[in-house]
Amino acid sequence: MKKNQSQEEFIKGVWRDNPVFVQVLGMCPMLAVTNSAVNAIAMGMATFFVLVGSSFLVSTFRHVIPKQVRISCFIIIIATFVTIADYTLLALVPAVHKELGAFIPLIVANCLILGRQEAFASKHPTKLAVLDAMGMASGFLLALLSLGAIREILGDGALFGVKLFGENFEPWVIMILPPGGFLTLGVILLFFNWFKFKKDEFLEDVAAAERSEG
Amino acid sequence: MENLPWIFISALLVNNFVLTYFLGLCPFLGVSNSLETSARLGLATTFVMLVTAVCAWILNTYVLVHAPYLRLICFIVVIASTVQFIEMLIKKLSPALFRAMGIFLPLITTNCAILGLAIFATNRGYGFWEGIVYALGAGIGFTLALVLLAGLREESELSNIPKLIKGTAMNLIIAGILSMAFMGFAGLFSTT
Repeated sequence: MKKNQSQEEFIKGVWRDNPVFVQVLGMCPMLAVTNSAVNAIAMGMATFFVLVGSSFLVSTFRHVIPKQVRISCFIIIIATFVTIADYTLLALVPAVHKELGAFIPLIVANCLILGRQEAFASKHPTKLAVLDAMGMASGFLLALLSLGAIREILGDGALFGVKLFGENFEPWVIMILPPGGFLTLGVILLFFNWFKFKKDEFLEDVAAAERSEG
Repeated sequence: MENLPWIFISALLVNNFVLTYFLGLCPFLGVSNSLETSARLGLATTFVMLVTAVCAWILNTYVLVHAPYLRLICFIVVIASTVQFIEMLIKKLSPALFRAMGIFLPLITTNCAILGLAIFATNRGYGFWEGIVYALGAGIGFTLALVLLAGLREESELSNIPKLIKGTAMNLIIAGILSMAFMGFAGLFSTT
């Protein structure tokens, strides 16, 4: 039972409650940096680190932090981890850091991270909180990667900088420019809506069939 | 000093915070369902942006030269406390205005456009006046984008839209088209 619960906390973030596609959180970094798959991965990893680290700290100290000032405490914890991530990226991959620019510090303002601390980490034991954070962050990474890959393939004809098509491919430049971000995410959300719509329809059909049988 | 108008127009149209930098998307998608509330939220945000620009300049000039690695933590704490302070001030000075702004004032703290403004202004090394003009342009640009989307959404309430596309998906596609329209401003300053 216990094992199932931990698995459940992990999986719900990746698919059922995917932070981007289902809850529509954390949009700002999401759209701004996904013009190539590499940037998307760097952003996803940085968010992963910040979310897991701050969830760990917040849930470990959840009895120590006074209720009245909890939001400020969470923000300071998050800002500390973001600063670490910022300087680490600057040291390891300066080129990517330059490209992401101001959007790494802006992870602080990502509502996904603060939302998880408030809704989950501050109320649950450390192990579950870390699993939940890992699930949510993986879901976020997955969403970033799919958006980044779609935009890079359509807008640049490449994936991870490797050209996929021959010489004759005419890049769809708008996809790597800002409007492409809005449009791609809009279409992906449309697909998710359609998926949910079909599922509801199917469940209704099953229920109707059961009623007529009974 | 002569590039002040350029900074203003650039933040307002060419590099619009919402449609080009994707900052402040949560309120953009969340509260843009009526024209009136979005105009109010836009004005409140513009006001906080102005105050933040001044604070960021003071911090950058006097404090952060000694400890650049504290930048992010300083900014976020200063923004959060400024919003709180402004909230109390408005409540005391003008209860009517406070009621009109309502829930939006505290929500501004988590608006990434504010933090983004402080960081962009620092990265570009803006001085005092440049920072203020930049904040003004960004704030009005934010309001403009918000009001445009709210107007389109109010209009769409009355039309017959497939059930499937209603909600965030449609808003994002509208935003994409608006963003494309704003790209037209990009050529505005290429010759100067």
